[in-house]
Amino acid sequence: MKSVPTTLRQLMRDRSAALGFFLVVLVVVAAILAPWISPHPEAVWDMNPANRLKPPSRTWLFGTDRMGADIFSRVLFGARITLMIALVAVGASLLIGVPIGLWAGWSEWWIGEALMRVSDVFLAVPQIVLAIAIAQTLGPSIENVILALSVTYWPWFARLVYAEVRALKRETFIEAAIALGVPPRRIVLQHVLPNVASPIIVRASIGMGFTILTAASLGFLGLGAPPPAPEWGRMISESREFLPETWWYALAPGVAIFIVVMGFNLLGDGLRDVLDPRLRRSHDR
Amino acid sequence: MIADPLLAISDLAIAFRTGHGVARVLDGVNLSVGRGRIMGLVGESGCGKTTLARAVLSVLAPNALIEGGTIHFGGLDLLALPRARLETEVKGRRITFVPQDPYGAFNPLFRVGDQMMEVMKWKSPRRQPYERGFGPLLTRFPRARYKTDREALIALLNEVQIPDPERALAKLPGAFSGGQRQRLLIAMALMTNPDLIIADEPTTALDVTIQAQILKLLKRLARERGVSILLTTHDLGTAYEICDEVTVMYAGQDVETAPVAAFFTHPRHPYTARLLESLPSPNREIKEIGGEVPSLLAPPQGCRFHPRCERASPECTASRPAKSGTGGHIVRCFHPLTMAAEVAP
Amino acid sequence: MRILALVAKRLFWFVPTAAGLIAVVFFISRVIPSDPVALIAGETASRAQIEVLRTKLGLDRPLPVQLVDYYRQLLKGDLGTSLFTTRPVADDLFARLPATIELTVAAMLIAVSIGIPLGVISATRRNSGIDHGLRIASVAGLAIASFWLALILQLLFSMKLGVLPLQGRIAGFPPRAVTGFMTIDALIAGRADRFWSALAHLALPAITLAVPALATIVRFTRAGVLDTLGRPFVDYQRATGIPRALIVWKYVLRNALTSTVTQIGLLFGILLAGAVVIETVFQWPGIGTYAFEAILHSDYAAVMGFTVYAGGIFMLVNLLVDVVHGLIDPRGGTA
Ligand SMILES: Nc1ncnc2c1ncn2[C@@H]1O[C@H](COP(=O)(O)OP(=O)(O)OP(=O)(O)O)[C@@H](O)[C@H]1O
Ligand code: SF4
Ligand SMILES: [Mg+2]
Repeated sequence: MKSVPTTLRQLMRDRSAALGFFLVVLVVVAAILAPWISPHPEAVWDMNPANRLKPPSRTWLFGTDRMGADIFSRVLFGARITLMIALVAVGASLLIGVPIGLWAGWSEWWIGEALMRVSDVFLAVPQIVLAIAIAQTLGPSIENVILALSVTYWPWFARLVYAEVRALKRETFIEAAIALGVPPRRIVLQHVLPNVASPIIVRASIGMGFTILTAASLGFLGLGAPPPAPEWGRMISESREFLPETWWYALAPGVAIFIVVMGFNLLGDGLRDVLDPRLRRSHDR
Repeated sequence: MIADPLLAISDLAIAFRTGHGVARVLDGVNLSVGRGRIMGLVGESGCGKTTLARAVLSVLAPNALIEGGTIHFGGLDLLALPRARLETEVKGRRITFVPQDPYGAFNPLFRVGDQMMEVMKWKSPRRQPYERGFGPLLTRFPRARYKTDREALIALLNEVQIPDPERALAKLPGAFSGGQRQRLLIAMALMTNPDLIIADEPTTALDVTIQAQILKLLKRLARERGVSILLTTHDLGTAYEICDEVTVMYAGQDVETAPVAAFFTHPRHPYTARLLESLPSPNREIKEIGGEVPSLLAPPQGCRFHPRCERASPECTASRPAKSGTGGHIVRCFHPLTMAAEVAP
Repeated sequence: MRILALVAKRLFWFVPTAAGLIAVVFFISRVIPSDPVALIAGETASRAQIEVLRTKLGLDRPLPVQLVDYYRQLLKGDLGTSLFTTRPVADDLFARLPATIELTVAAMLIAVSIGIPLGVISATRRNSGIDHGLRIASVAGLAIASFWLALILQLLFSMKLGVLPLQGRIAGFPPRAVTGFMTIDALIAGRADRFWSALAHLALPAITLAVPALATIVRFTRAGVLDTLGRPFVDYQRATGIPRALIVWKYVLRNALTSTVTQIGLLFGILLAGAVVIETVFQWPGIGTYAFEAILHSDYAAVMGFTVYAGGIFMLVNLLVDVVHGLIDPRGGTA
């Protein structure tokens, strides 16, 4: 593991990674400052039938929706929902997947192996299929989207960490530590974990983008945050009713999704190059 | 000097653009290979042997700059020849290559025979100028020629002592040992009836015990066919056994050219003498060549050897010495050793 | 032989993985808060009627027993009966499978036939304008929400320009079903107009679905080709003077594809997932829309059936990938 400042400096040297970093920061800042920078914070949840479906103008930067809400303001507030869902879901997947992967890879005990087979089961079906089933079962809400995404994404981390740990166990310095009788817990926490941190960070960054896309798909299918929450996927779904006249309706939320996901993907690729050149070829979302 | 040489390189200067500046890797190199002769190109690691070989093969790296000089080959000015003619008439056809690393030279996913016949398809001496196809990907191998070319190849494989050539052709490269692969590569270098073979340290990657076999094989087959060889090596023993003439290079400059016997008995350039002294010998202690190989980013002016030379004088730092010497023995030094100074081989 | 062994190994793992998958989905689908029995029985049914139906459907017994029952049923090739369409799920899925296969295969064809050449060009012109453009495009291709892209394409090509149909599989009567693939059936029927109609309907969903796959293939092919170009045999082949294009497109590409092919297997999973969303947008009557409707109607048998199907297809594709991998790389071993 390299130190954070070194990593950042190297990242900034790569133009596309720097762009990714910039995009992510942009969206995070927009999400935090949404109440202050949105031009019509009051017109996010309120119904204003008089302003319904207005095309973009100086007052309504990206037009208004069917409720008369300002789409630009909704997109800004939507960033909060999106980032929150992705952060919590990826965080939870990390918290489930990393310990399982560490433990299964290290102990090679049959229960660990069995857990890895369970993760294979999850990986045997596209994530969104299971996520749809779970989200539908539990009912549309932000919490359930997060739950559905975490339950289906942890196997990616488990797999990754498992493979890394298995490989690490054959490295001389780990074998030496084992031979010296260092307690396993110490070896895992002091030697193994720091060495698998890089791929985990890379996977987490790319996982953020992937999770945001899946979450938006759930929203689009009506399984995300219920209205009137300004969820990007749902906004795009709503717009379908009013096409082709209100061409602007889906524009801003779609571009917003694109920007965040692009940001995380570029950042992930950049981190991969800086932190773990070995991984460069094994990009598989 | 050789009259009417097959290959004549004069004043060749090649540099590489690098992240730290321009590296002047070849600086006015002169070298000739006579018809049917075997020329050894010796020098320390990094002196530019491979660069020279690649220049003749016209496969220089993209960051290479040819800064001056000429390469004449069989009446053709290679550096001025149109790209298309160079590719079809010379490269891989009249000049072929035996690489250093037989393990890496074959694509592991294709059968050895397919890879060899691919070269035959484009470079066979029996290829007719009127053969036409649709570009590199859709051109077919004419049936009749395929048969004769394949038979010729099998005959050649017998000569390089590949057992059961028919079956060998159907195998993947992984099935062969390093020595066998190098035999296959020698066959590949010979199968187009070339005039010149460039062999860049062809045995360095092999087991010492088979190095000599492979080199003798190469020499015998080349002699039988009248093919010239330019053989680079940093092993003087190899040069002694195989070559007719030897050219010594130091830091991108040729310093001495001599028939092999004179080279070992009467070295005239101080660097050559030191090189020979560094050879292990029963009646003498090994002497290291003092000093360091100069940086090619900022090479010494004049004779590039002067920082390490015991005989250096002010003129050595001012300009590069001209050629001098008689017969085939040419030296570029202001203060060469006299012919009498002898060093035991 | 080696390929056979691989296939056997895959098949060996297929059973436990599939069983595990079924168990996972089974438990998820049975925690549904809404009562499926009440749903089938209809609003007018009395409590007693509902309980009778529940017993009849076997839904009153403990979950593990139901799961074992379900396994038993599956072994007989029976996926149960859809609560919503009241037809056997296996029949429903079978009827809708060709539409999805047609769509995913079309998308894959687009992605492979464009992606591999672009990846090669990107690698051979490394750091050129084309390369930079393609690299940005391939990251962007993975960042676009497919349902949004679908809407934009619909807006542009169907609503504004009117050159391509908005949704559905064909205009007017479909040709007689032989293969179930509309385009091929139209050709079999010898109806050029039907064929064009089917193709026009296929265009937008297939393109939408192809975009992320295309982006991935470009990336992997580029990386693979770059990696291979640095290997010594390429250098040697150049010195043999055979045409450069031949070295790249025949020899280098094959080495590069060994890793791309593995990706293509994974991509089928992504395509299948994308199909759920994209079929809904384009009203494409495949198993994606079926699954989505089944989920909306709490049609657990259909959901289960779809998941088993999807898992099965995914594993089958990976099996196929192993075989293709073995064909490309004759050396054996796992590369
Ligand atoms: N493409 C290149 N870019 C930059 N420098 C290069 C390049 N190719 C070779 N060089 C440099 O040119 C010098 C000569 O290299 P070359 O390979 O010709 O030496 P050599 O005599 O063949 O050495 P060896 O005995 O180790 O094979 C070396 O310092 C090398 O680092
Ligand atoms: S020219 Fe001068 S420096 Fe160079 S080798 Fe001869 S004596 Fe030494
Ligand atoms: Mg060399």
